[in-house]
Amino acid sequence: MTLESELRSKRDRGRKILVPYITGGFPGWIDAIRAAAASGADAIEIGLPFSDPVMDGPVIQEASQRALELGATPVSILDGVRNLDVEIPLVVMCYYNTVFHAGHERFAKQLVAAGVCAAIIPDLPLEESGPWVKAADEAGLETVMLAAPTAPDSRLPLIIERARGFVYAVGLLGVTGERSALAATATAMAARLKPITDKPVLIGVGVSNAEQAVEACRVADGVIQGASVVRRLIEGGADAVGDYVSEVRRALDAAFVPQS
Amino acid sequence: MSLMSDPTTEGRFGEFGGRFVPETLVPACQELEIAFKDAWQDPVFRGELDAVLRDYAGRPSILTECHNLGAKLGIRLILKREDLNHTGSHKINNVLGQALLAKRMGKKRLVAETGAGQHGVATATAAALFGLECKVYMGAVDVERQALNVFRMHLLGAEVEAVHSGSRTLKDAVNEAMRDWVATVETTHYCLGSVMGPHPYPWMVRQFHRVIGDEAREQFQALVGDAPDVVVACVGGGSNAIGIFSGFVDLKSRLVGVEPAGGAAVKRGVPGVVHGMKSYLMQDEYGQVQEAHSISAGLDYPGIGPEHSYLASIGRVEYPNVTDDEVIAAFQELARTEGIIPALECAHALAWIIRESGSMQGQTVLMNLSGRGDKDVGQMMEILK
Ligand SMILES: Cc1ncc(COP(=O)(O)O)c(C=O)c1O
Repeated sequence: MTLESELRSKRDRGRKILVPYITGGFPGWIDAIRAAAASGADAIEIGLPFSDPVMDGPVIQEASQRALELGATPVSILDGVRNLDVEIPLVVMCYYNTVFHAGHERFAKQLVAAGVCAAIIPDLPLEESGPWVKAADEAGLETVMLAAPTAPDSRLPLIIERARGFVYAVGLLGVTGERSALAATATAMAARLKPITDKPVLIGVGVSNAEQAVEACRVADGVIQGASVVRRLIEGGADAVGDYVSEVRRALDAAFVPQS
Repeated sequence: MSLMSDPTTEGRFGEFGGRFVPETLVPACQELEIAFKDAWQDPVFRGELDAVLRDYAGRPSILTECHNLGAKLGIRLILKREDLNHTGSHKINNVLGQALLAKRMGKKRLVAETGAGQHGVATATAAALFGLECKVYMGAVDVERQALNVFRMHLLGAEVEAVHSGSRTLKDAVNEAMRDWVATVETTHYCLGSVMGPHPYPWMVRQFHRVIGDEAREQFQALVGDAPDVVVACVGGGSNAIGIFSGFVDLKSRLVGVEPAGGAAVKRGVPGVVHGMKSYLMQDEYGQVQEAHSISAGLDYPGIGPEHSYLASIGRVEYPNVTDDEVIAAFQELARTEGIIPALECAHALAWIIRESGSMQGQTVLMNLSGRGDKDVGQMMEILK
């Protein structure tokens, strides 16, 4: 099973894809992943906390910092991931220095050995991604590429070509965090990508509740939800994460009835 | 070919440098690179920049020979007086260049990070001069120890935001400035304060600071009749050092970049990637960036500009370090012997010179006095109590 084949087959059956983000190493993270998986998530994005998370706003920063203070490391988190018994694909999100420091090949192999399907590296743009993507491809690990609203049209096909798993449509100009409304850039970004790729297109960054998820999915194949999930993890633990994922799942299934 | 020529098209100096930024920022970095190249070749832009450096910043800065301290140490000690620039440090060279460029690019707002506050003050100054909005991010620790500069920025009409994440110093201020830029990139120019960050910053900021080395080379030749035996500068991100080194890198002079013992990126670091660049970086066994610790807010940084990493890797420049105690002593020594109160940052360079003077007897030593010490007087008052 690859992430891409899994997401494609779900999409092709009319199901909208829901990917919650959980900060690895934050208290209760393993239970939160199980709860999210049991509540209708289609894949989980697991964050490896980094000292300098430039793409993250206050909520995910706080969770990362807590996890680091509690001694979380990429190795301890991957040990936890290896023992996870969930049926859906697992994706790791980490900053590039974590990868670079470990070494491309070694890191790719570590992820695969832990049962991870794919990696998202938000500070590794297209031009710098070549050596990593080669190592990841060879290890059988998919690399999700991000497409941002600032990209000119000419850049998008290059990003799509290099993307494995799905194409991550960055929903707004800014860092992760909840917003009161879905930015216009979110659906606009997905609308630019959908006509030029058959790969699943998921909107992430700033998709903050069930209603916004539905709105995003009118154009996109699915959503990634970060800060809204992590805030619930911080405030209410794994149960709160499960409840929230169920709520978003129900809203998506009500708005877009999947074929059985 | 010069050891300090242009980086590769990927922004590499040897293996170092590059552009490791979120996708959102890639087009802005590309646009900046094109705009800078275009401006740098444009005599009109260069004329404007030269004029504002001369008529506003007060360039050229002079050389001052330290007869008293030189005699005491047994060397000829000559200072490049960047402390006499408007706003009190070398930072203004880069900021005037970037602010002019931002205007040329049609940007309405500048964001900046600052450590000691000198770059923040310089950016706020340029914003006032050119009618741009300005927001400066500063670690909460630095807001406290450089309170005077915070107030100066307020007087100049800038907004200052204290950053409470991470180590609450320069590294975290850079993170927060980058987060701001990710959200405001269409109207805002990120006025980075050192030879660091993603391509084209390390190169562009170096070009804006070349003026230090170009002037110093001619002035030193006129004063001494030869190139200096040793050229010394302090290194945080490395902008004042790269500026003065650029005048001497292709001569025989020994080049020394002095880091704080608690922020010794070259000595204690291994290659890593943060703040958009690949460079030597203090980090733990998993690649988490470590916190630097220095008495001087401007050098309290766990990394170093990529061109410095390159110059270190080929052995052209040495990067020793000095302790806070040595710096405190050097700070006072220059004040008492020469009547010049240095910034704590460049007191690092002097501390190294004092420590190593025994092995440099009779040599000519050119030191970049990157800034004046007024901003540090409050902090020193506490320390020397
Ligand atoms: C006077 C002075 N010198 C040096 C520095 C360090 O910066 P750089 O290494 O880029 O010259 C600073 C930074 O705040 C400074 O204020």
